[in-house]
Amino acid sequence: MIYALKIATRYLTASKAQTALLVFGVATGVFIFIFMSALIGGLAEFIMARTAGDMAHLSIQAEDVEPDLLLPLSGRTVLLVQQKDSGGAAVLQDTAALLPLIEALPGVTAVSPQINGSGFLTRGGQVTQVSINGLQPGKESAIADLAGYVVEGTANLAAGGVLLGKTLAEDMGLRLGQTVRLQSTTGIEALLTITGIYEMGSGGPDRRQAYVGLATARSLFAMPQGVTRVEIKLADLYAADAFAPRIRALTGLDARSWTEQAAQLLDALQAQAQTGYLLKTFAMVTIIIGVASALLLSTYQRRPEIGIMRAMGAGRGFVMVVFVAQGALIGLMGGLFGAAAGYGLLLAFPGRDSFAPGQSGLPIDITQGAYGMAILLTTLGAIAASILPARAAARLDPVTAIGQ
Amino acid sequence: MSAPLLQVDHLVKTFGTGEAETRVLRGLSLRMAQGEMAALLGPSGSGKSTLLTILGTLMHPTSGSHAMLGVDLVTASDQALTEFRNRHIGFVFQFHNLLPDFTALENVVFPTAVQAGRETAAARARGRELLERMGLADRVHFPTANLSGGQKQRVAVARALMNRPELVLADEPTGNLDRASAMQVMDLIAEINRDEGTTFLISTHDEKIAGLCRRQIVVGDGLVTG
Repeated sequence: MIYALKIATRYLTASKAQTALLVFGVATGVFIFIFMSALIGGLAEFIMARTAGDMAHLSIQAEDVEPDLLLPLSGRTVLLVQQKDSGGAAVLQDTAALLPLIEALPGVTAVSPQINGSGFLTRGGQVTQVSINGLQPGKESAIADLAGYVVEGTANLAAGGVLLGKTLAEDMGLRLGQTVRLQSTTGIEALLTITGIYEMGSGGPDRRQAYVGLATARSLFAMPQGVTRVEIKLADLYAADAFAPRIRALTGLDARSWTEQAAQLLDALQAQAQTGYLLKTFAMVTIIIGVASALLLSTYQRRPEIGIMRAMGAGRGFVMVVFVAQGALIGLMGGLFGAAAGYGLLLAFPGRDSFAPGQSGLPIDITQGAYGMAILLTTLGAIAASILPARAAARLDPVTAIGQ
Repeated sequence: MSAPLLQVDHLVKTFGTGEAETRVLRGLSLRMAQGEMAALLGPSGSGKSTLLTILGTLMHPTSGSHAMLGVDLVTASDQALTEFRNRHIGFVFQFHNLLPDFTALENVVFPTAVQAGRETAAARARGRELLERMGLADRVHFPTANLSGGQKQRVAVARALMNRPELVLADEPTGNLDRASAMQVMDLIAEINRDEGTTFLISTHDEKIAGLCRRQIVVGDGLVTG
């Protein structure tokens, strides 16, 4: 084995230009592999952070219960058109005891009990319809990174405070510290001080959302007990589908995965990931074809030497190992050079965390370059590519080969 | 009478099939004893090279028997033949056939290293000793591409002797050399034969070279004729 490796190394070093070209070709393939891994991975994380990153990975929503209809039994068919009742919010009772159980599950990073509903924001003569989100103080950024989006004031939802979107504040001419009147659909109203203004960068939340503390929301919706919704964040958002039945079994509450509500986003991310796999597969196939063709050429060039080695007592296995070792060395060297070049070039790109929308460049994540995987796959691919030429070399008839 | 080193009986070798069939060996029989130094003579196409190739276990005969050191080499597996060849048979080709990317010493130790899986210190010492004996002490680490034709052929002789084989087959070993180099190579072969008892079978067209051998085997039309 050691001796076969020596012969293989000597063959590679004897044709320096050919070997260098071959290693360069493999390194280019590895470089593409690493660049695509970092780009696709970074892009996926960027999209996730901008979309699903602010979503609850699991949500438990109280089911609306329609009241029974009181109709006389006339024996006739009754046609009824009824508008869905949106006034009274369904309530999740007894969540206080269940939330610690959910929080204790490994993989759960945050649990946010909420009271959500609709209402009207009034300032002087201006009235705007808003969605009211009641969040537990201290957990304002548990699901969406509210603290990160605040452009004025603070995200802390102290009693009597309200957090408004920047567009809403601009539309109504509101400023930090001003007092506004917030009235829920139950008719209860509260005077609140604007303690923070945020900008998420998407129209809906910036124009229609008002965040208040959970206690304020209880008053507004006359809900002394329970919540309307529980949002859960996981360490791995792709584990949401598997977590939902566990939470259902643990608490009896119907937890829904984000994938049910964002199937299109998931499809898009999966399509993007598959495109990445496809490109990486093409890079790997190119490497394999390149190595196989170069080694086949080498086998042809070295036919007389293979014949001599066989005549001197080298077995078919030895000849095979010589050529497979050449493939492995080319793959390893190309993998290492390609990985080093890929890492070096990726360093020149701004990190994914510092990449912002509208900024030129790419949301590349250097940590997702899959360097080890690229080197391993390339070496294995090169070994696989060398098997055919190695078999051809081992099967060579020594008499014919020496005769050439 | 002791058993011969080498024995072939009724050896037949045909190439091609049907109308293209050519019978090169037509029932050739031959015996060689340990320590012999024989010249294999005959016109071109008489079957000399084919016979050497079969005796070197690089080719199977179409029919007939072939044994060396009491081992039946007709029915042996490819792996067994490879090992047998490595241990008991040395080759010297007309065009030296050295590995071009290796030094003289690396070429000489190849037969030992390929079996051991590495170049041992003992193998290198033996290789150096052989090269010194061939008058190439100052060429040990020379790439073979930098050696003259005569020097290359002496390296080839050293390589053939590396594993102390019982039989060395030489196919026109001096055919590509000038007279002085040819005589130098033949003197070395004769010396090894005399000192170590190695059996040599040397194919040649050169009667002077053949005259240096104690036995002449003449092949004609696929048979031993003299």
